[in-house]
Amino acid sequence: MTSVTDAPENPLPFGRPRSRSVAGNRVIRWLRANLFQSIPSTIISLLLILVLAKACVSLVQWGFWNAIWSLPGNDTNACRAIRGLGACWAVIPEKFRFILFGTYPFDQQWRPALATLVFIALFFLSSRPRWWRKELVLVWAAALVVIGFLMWGGIPGLPFVSQDRWGGLPVTLILATFGLAFGFPLGILVALGRRSKLPAIRSLCVLYVELIRGVPLISLLFMASVMFPLFMPDGINIDKLLRAQIAFVLYAGAYLAEVIRGGLQAVPRGQHEAADALGLSYWQKNGLIILPQAIRHVIPPLVNTFIAFFKDTSLVLIIGIFDLLTTAKTAIIDLAWQSFSVQVSVFVGLIYFAFCFAMSRYSRGLEARAGTT
Amino acid sequence: MLHKTQFNATYGTRRQRIAEIALCQKDPCAVTTSTPRHPPGTRWRISLNNERFAGLLWQIVVVGIAIAVVAWLWSNAIHNLSVRRISTGFAFLGREAGMPIADTWLAYSPKNTYLRAFIVGVVNTLRVAAIGIVLATLVGTIIGIARLSSNWLLSRLAAVYVEALRDIPLLLQLLFWYVLMQGLPAARAAWKPIDGVYLSNRGLVLPSIPIEEGNLWVMAAAAVGLIALYALRRRLLARQMLDGKPRPLWPYALVFVVGLPALVSWGLGVSWTITVPELRGFNFVGGLTLSPEYFALLVALVTYTSAFIAEIVRSGIQAVPKGQWDAAMALGLRRSFVLQHIVMPQALRVIIPPMTSQYLNLTKNSSLAVAVGYQDIVSIANTTLNQTGQAIEAIALIMAVFLTISLGISLFMNWYNARIALVER
Repeated sequence: MTSVTDAPENPLPFGRPRSRSVAGNRVIRWLRANLFQSIPSTIISLLLILVLAKACVSLVQWGFWNAIWSLPGNDTNACRAIRGLGACWAVIPEKFRFILFGTYPFDQQWRPALATLVFIALFFLSSRPRWWRKELVLVWAAALVVIGFLMWGGIPGLPFVSQDRWGGLPVTLILATFGLAFGFPLGILVALGRRSKLPAIRSLCVLYVELIRGVPLISLLFMASVMFPLFMPDGINIDKLLRAQIAFVLYAGAYLAEVIRGGLQAVPRGQHEAADALGLSYWQKNGLIILPQAIRHVIPPLVNTFIAFFKDTSLVLIIGIFDLLTTAKTAIIDLAWQSFSVQVSVFVGLIYFAFCFAMSRYSRGLEARAGTT
Repeated sequence: MLHKTQFNATYGTRRQRIAEIALCQKDPCAVTTSTPRHPPGTRWRISLNNERFAGLLWQIVVVGIAIAVVAWLWSNAIHNLSVRRISTGFAFLGREAGMPIADTWLAYSPKNTYLRAFIVGVVNTLRVAAIGIVLATLVGTIIGIARLSSNWLLSRLAAVYVEALRDIPLLLQLLFWYVLMQGLPAARAAWKPIDGVYLSNRGLVLPSIPIEEGNLWVMAAAAVGLIALYALRRRLLARQMLDGKPRPLWPYALVFVVGLPALVSWGLGVSWTITVPELRGFNFVGGLTLSPEYFALLVALVTYTSAFIAEIVRSGIQAVPKGQWDAAMALGLRRSFVLQHIVMPQALRVIIPPMTSQYLNLTKNSSLAVAVGYQDIVSIANTTLNQTGQAIEAIALIMAVFLTISLGISLFMNWYNARIALVER
């Protein structure tokens, strides 16, 4: 600390007494360069520090100092007494199984937990560029089958659980993942169709994309829950979750199509001409030459669409499907815990944040890498 | 087989080539192997290898499937509706709605028709969307500029704001704000940040000016004045183009935007007294009340969308090369002039298209109102649907309203975008 060798990036002038340590100097220099470089900046910094300190103190008081972490004997009066002064985190250990897995049979809840882990492993695998090859499709198919077996059961050792009883995080992940898994190929087809030279196909694709993108997701979900049964012939009764899933596939397809179309536009014309010159058919040309390049161009915006889509699955709350947000809202219907929804919101918010933040960091990393190479 | 078809697709069929060779033999000057042939696929042939024929076939097949699916769904719907004895059509719009709407700007009572209820819903949607767009743009621009600040603390805080709000579902944020609103003290113990502004579980109460017919006339006069000023500005600029002399605009602004409305106001004797809300009994009297539902929805929409707008503004400003600043400053231009006439026009070109989609998103997201019970168009259509069973009509109305609004915003933003776009040779 007391070594007097100059910091290489900013050597001090000779002959100046070095009374303070270099580390101290560095801190002061940093503060002057970043917080107090001018009078307005100093005023802003001081104000922000004041506000931040105040907010931090009250947050720590509420969240930690005055908080109640566990309640003996499930008596919530202590929590109610402290309401407004401190958080009642005891609601989380009490309710977290219900929030995460809904009404899934309690002794079988290792199954949705395992399914969640399979999902996370699948996402992790898919994010590695070295896994971006054809086998990945097989891995996805296998993983989705495994998840189906885990959730439904019905094979020896795993009793059958109907999907009315599914809930919580697995439902959110199922809606998002299946929506993307089926919406992605749909989006590719529609994007190709929108750039096709055939007028009828092009206008059909434009109609589909603009219709879906022009209306709110809620109206699509209402359609799925209320109108869909009207459109089916007698005797065919499709489950509510599956109907919502179909709405999500259509929704994801339209948005992904627009992103992929952007990628297709970025592929130079020469690539099309070269593929034509080789005598490749339309599907060979697009499958082997154009799409691999187009999709690579748009991976960051694709990930952003995935993030938006993941968040949008929470809208099924409005049509009464038990996803993560709905179970969280239902968990505190219980009279004893009714007034602690802020704590539950924080808990669920952190789960959503963890998934979305991971994806957004990942997308930023990809962008940075694409920028350097 | 594959080789043959590819060969045919590329070089034409044998008969075609024979015909071409025959043609060549007639014309002595073209007897070379490099005779220009017809490009493939320009002739009509009934073969899958013919591009035009294959294209036509594809279109017929795809459109046929689409029509068949729609027709099948439609016939099912007709059948199901007749079985359930639900009459189709929009006749129900004329019936008495019988649904209470608490928060409305238009005169409405449950005795009014469904049509009236729908109009109230559309106005409620527009009310939250329009104010939300303005506020989100303001907040988002401030946060976006703060992210670029040289003040480390400010830029970090802005980054945390953006990251935290973008990564949590809007619906969760909305429910969170709504719960907070409900947790506020009752009207008697209302929280009072400034004189005349009260925040309680009854919502936000602000001082206001009661709007009567006279006030509307004055506003109309101001609008006319603005349009006149805009036209005048164009003429003044055109004349400046001719002789290069700048002409001041502010005297005209004073006359048209201030003088004209003031004259109308004086002539009609319009009152502009501000009414300050007062607590009487359990509620407030006077002033403008924003219901807790409306306020929660507005706060959620504005904070959420502003996080996205902040990123757009930041990237837009960063997209303008630093050299533009340097060059303009080297010409001796004022800083405000540089920002207004050199940097902003370039940044706006990057900002406008993604901004449009954020405005559209905000408008569509305002439909989440149904989750907190603010009666926008979706919520009212949903109630109608439950009361009358007219599912198809109700959802068609929602879609029609949103498609119209989306189209309106897109058209306006596209017009604006075209206006500021780079004029290329």
